[in-house]
Amino acid sequence: MSQPTAQTPAADAKSPAPRPVSAEKKAAASAVSKPRSGVWWRHLLALVALVWALFPVLFILSAALNPAGTLSSSSPLPQQFSMRNFERLFSSTTFPYWTWFQNSLIVAGLGTVLQVFIGAAAAFAFSRLRWAGRRAGLMTLLLAQMFPVLLAFSALYIMFLRLGEVLPGLGLNTLWGLLLVYLGGSMGANVWLLKGYFDTIPKEMDEAAKMDGASHARIFFTMTLRLVAPILATVAILSFVMLWGEFLLASIFLLDQDVRTLGIGLYSLNLADRNAYFGMFCAGALIASIPPVLVYLGLQKQLIGGLTSGAVK
Amino acid sequence: MSQTVTDPPTSEVGHTPAWVHAARWGLIALTLLGLGYVAQQAIEAGSWLIVIVVAFIAMSVLVVYSTRRAIPAKYLLPGLVLLLLFQIWPIVYTAATAFTNYGDGHTLSKDEAVQAIQAQSVRQDPDAPRYGMSVAIPEGAAIETGELSFLLTVAPAEDAGELEEELGEGADAGGENVTGDGYQLFVGTEEGLEPLPAEGVELRGNGTVAAAPGFRVLNLMEANQRAQEVQELAVPVGEEGSAVKAATTSQAFVGRPTISYDEDADVMTTAEGRRYVAQDGNFVPEDGVGPVLPAGWTENVGFENFRTIFLDPAFRGGFLKIFLWNLAFPLLSVVSTFLLGMLLALLFNDPRLKGKAVYRSLLVLPYALPIFVTGLVWAAMFNQQFGLINEVTGLNINWLGDPWGARAALLITNLWLGFPYMFLICTGALQSIPNDVKEAAAVDGAGPVRTLVSVTMPLLLVAVGPLLVASFAFNFNNFTLIYLVTRGGPFDSGNSLVGNTDLLINFAYRIALESGTPNIGLASAVSIVIFGLVGIISYLGFRQSNALEEVN
Repeated sequence: MSQPTAQTPAADAKSPAPRPVSAEKKAAASAVSKPRSGVWWRHLLALVALVWALFPVLFILSAALNPAGTLSSSSPLPQQFSMRNFERLFSSTTFPYWTWFQNSLIVAGLGTVLQVFIGAAAAFAFSRLRWAGRRAGLMTLLLAQMFPVLLAFSALYIMFLRLGEVLPGLGLNTLWGLLLVYLGGSMGANVWLLKGYFDTIPKEMDEAAKMDGASHARIFFTMTLRLVAPILATVAILSFVMLWGEFLLASIFLLDQDVRTLGIGLYSLNLADRNAYFGMFCAGALIASIPPVLVYLGLQKQLIGGLTSGAVK
Repeated sequence: MSQTVTDPPTSEVGHTPAWVHAARWGLIALTLLGLGYVAQQAIEAGSWLIVIVVAFIAMSVLVVYSTRRAIPAKYLLPGLVLLLLFQIWPIVYTAATAFTNYGDGHTLSKDEAVQAIQAQSVRQDPDAPRYGMSVAIPEGAAIETGELSFLLTVAPAEDAGELEEELGEGADAGGENVTGDGYQLFVGTEEGLEPLPAEGVELRGNGTVAAAPGFRVLNLMEANQRAQEVQELAVPVGEEGSAVKAATTSQAFVGRPTISYDEDADVMTTAEGRRYVAQDGNFVPEDGVGPVLPAGWTENVGFENFRTIFLDPAFRGGFLKIFLWNLAFPLLSVVSTFLLGMLLALLFNDPRLKGKAVYRSLLVLPYALPIFVTGLVWAAMFNQQFGLINEVTGLNINWLGDPWGARAALLITNLWLGFPYMFLICTGALQSIPNDVKEAAAVDGAGPVRTLVSVTMPLLLVAVGPLLVASFAFNFNNFTLIYLVTRGGPFDSGNSLVGNTDLLINFAYRIALESGTPNIGLASAVSIVIFGLVGIISYLGFRQSNALEEVN
C-alpha cells in the first residue's frame, strides 16, 4: 500500500468540496507510480467477505422456496421456485402469522414513536434548559443504563402477573404491558446520543426565538425538533430494530398465539418441529426481515453518521 | 428577576393560540381521567399500592403541567415516571426478591397458604346436597391455561340454603341469577363464589349449564385435559374453610375442611390428629415422617440464596463454569468482530475502489436481519444430520451436541452477527483520523504496516473504545443468541440445570421459569450477582476510556 492511498480517506472526510479533484489526482498519481496495483485484490477480498456475509441469507431464501419445506431437503442455493411454504404458512390456523406481524408492527411502531418523543423531550431538558441537578441527573441516567432491565425479568414477571389481576388489559399476556416495559427504558437508552446532537445546535437560535416571544414549548415543537431531525432518524432506526427483534421480555409476556410478536411466534413454529416446518419458518422469516432491512437500507447514511458522531465525540 | 424580564413579553405578545391551551388542558384532563379509571379498578381489587402510585402520578401531572413553573419537569416527567416504574422499581424488586424463597409452591402469603391447604382438605358430608356443575374458562382464553371456574346450578327442588347462606350479601343480588325454570345460578373460582346472571344462560337436560355469556364451557374431553386442576379446585365459601369441590364431572358439593389451624401455636392438625409445624415456608410433619402439606408461602430467607450460589458444592461448580464462559464469550466476540470489522473497514478505505456503497449495503445485511431469524437459521445450519455447515464442509461434527462444538458454533454465529456493526463504526472512525499524523509517521520513515499498527490502530481504538466496552456489556448478557442457538445446551448427563453454553442470564432464566421447580428467589439472587459484575466491568471500562470526564 503506497502512502498516497493511506492519505486519501482522510481527505475524503475532511474536505468534501475539493475531494473529487484531489482524489482523482492522487489516484492517477499512484496509478502512474504503481500500475495495476492495489485495487483488484480489494475486490477479491470484498467478494470473499460478501460470500461470508450472504450465504446464510441465500440459505433462508433457498429453504423458503423449497417446495418440500423440510430442513433435511433444503440446499445452500435455491434450486426450485415454489410458493408452497408461503401458502402453507398463511393458511395455517395454529400459527396465525399475520396476527403476529400486526402485533410486531404495533409494538415496534408505537414503541419507536413514543421512545423517540420521550427521549427527545428529555434531551431538550438536559441540553437546552439549565436547572439544579442537571448534571447529577445525567450521571444517574448513565448509571441506570449499566443495569439492563432484562436482568429484572423475574421481578417484571411477578409485577405484571399481579398488575394483571387488577387491570387485565395491562397484565401478562398483553401487548400493552410489554409496551410499558419497553417505554421504561426510553429516557435512558438514547438520551446521551440525543443530547450530544442537541448540544451542536447554537443556543443563540433559542435565545432569538425567546426574544420574539416564543414559549419554550413552541421552541421545542416547531424549531428544535426540526433541527435535530437527523439524530431522531438514527434513534428511530435503533429503537425500531431493537423492538422488532426483542425476544426475552416478549417470551415472558406473550403466552397465547394471538398476542405473540413475530419473534416469539416463529420460535414456537420452530419449536413445534424444526425439520418439518423449516420451509414455513424461512418463508415467515423472510417477510419478517423486510421491515428492518428496508429501514436500514433507507437510512444507512444517517445511521453511520449518528453512531460515529456519538462515538468519536 | 429573570422571571420578570422574560415573562411579560410572552404574555404581552400573547401569541399562544387558544387551541394550544385547549389541547393542553384537554390532555391533562384525559390523563387524569385515565388515571382515575385505573385507581378505581385498583380500589375495587383492594390493591392499595397501585392506588398510592396512581395518586402520586396524578398529583405530579397536575402540579407540573397546570402551572407555568418547573419547565424542565414538563419535559422529563413522562420519561421519568416510566423509568421509575418499569426500570428502577423492577431492579429494586429483584433485589428484594433475592432474599426470599419466592417460587414454585411458595407464591402465596402465609394466610393464603393456610386457606388453600384447608380448602384442599375439604371432604364431603355424607348427607350434603349436590349441585349441577360445569367447568368453564373465560371466553377467548386458551383451554390449557385459562382460569378455571365452576358454573353451579341449584335445582328448584333442592335447598340452595347452604350456597345462599355462604354467599351472604351476594345472594341479595337475588332474582337476577334465577332462570325461568327456577334454577339458581352461581359461578365459583378459587377466589370465591358469585351469583351468575341468568340472562343468556342455556341449561342442559340434566340441569347443568351448557352455555353462559362471557364463559366458554368445556366439554368432557377438554375438561379432562385439566382433570388434575378440576379435582383440586376448591371454591371457598363461608369462613371456616368450607369449599365447593367437584364430586363427579357434572356434580359438586359443599364440604368442610378436615384440617384445622391453630394460629397461636402455628400448627395444622389433620382429622387423624397428625400435627404439622411451620418451617421454611411449608407446614412439615412434626414427627418428620411423610411429605409436607401442599401449599407453601413466601418468606424472608436472608442470604440463603447467595449462600447457595457461592457455597453449595453442587451449585458452586456449575456457577463457576458458567461465569468463566460468561467472561470468555463476550471477550472473544468483541475481539473477533472488531478485528474482522476493522480489516474490512481498512479494505474499503480506498477511494479507487468502485461500488463501495453496494458492498457496504450488502455487508450490513447480517446486522439488519432480526436476531430471531438469524439465530434460529444458524442453529439449523449447525444441525449435525441435515445442517448446511457439515454438508458444505464435508465434516461430521456434532456442533450442538458437544460442549466445545457448541461454544465454537456460538462464536462463529456471533462473529457473523456482530462484524457489520464494527465495520460501520470503524469506517466512521477511520474517516475522522486526521491526515497529518499519518504524514508525520511517513516523514519519520514508517512503512504502511508500521503506520497502521502504531498510528492508525491506536487512534481507532481510542475513538471506538467506549463502543467496544458497550459491545462487551451487551454480549455479557446476550441471552437471546444463546437461547435461540443452543438454549444453553448441551447438558452434561444428570445435570439439567447447568448448560455448557449458558450465560449467567440464561442460567437465571432457567432457574426462574423453565426448571421443574421454578425458584424465582434464587434466580433473582443470580440476577443481583450479574448486576454487581456488570457494574464492576462497566466502571473499569469507563475509567479506562475516561468517558465520564467529558460531560458538560
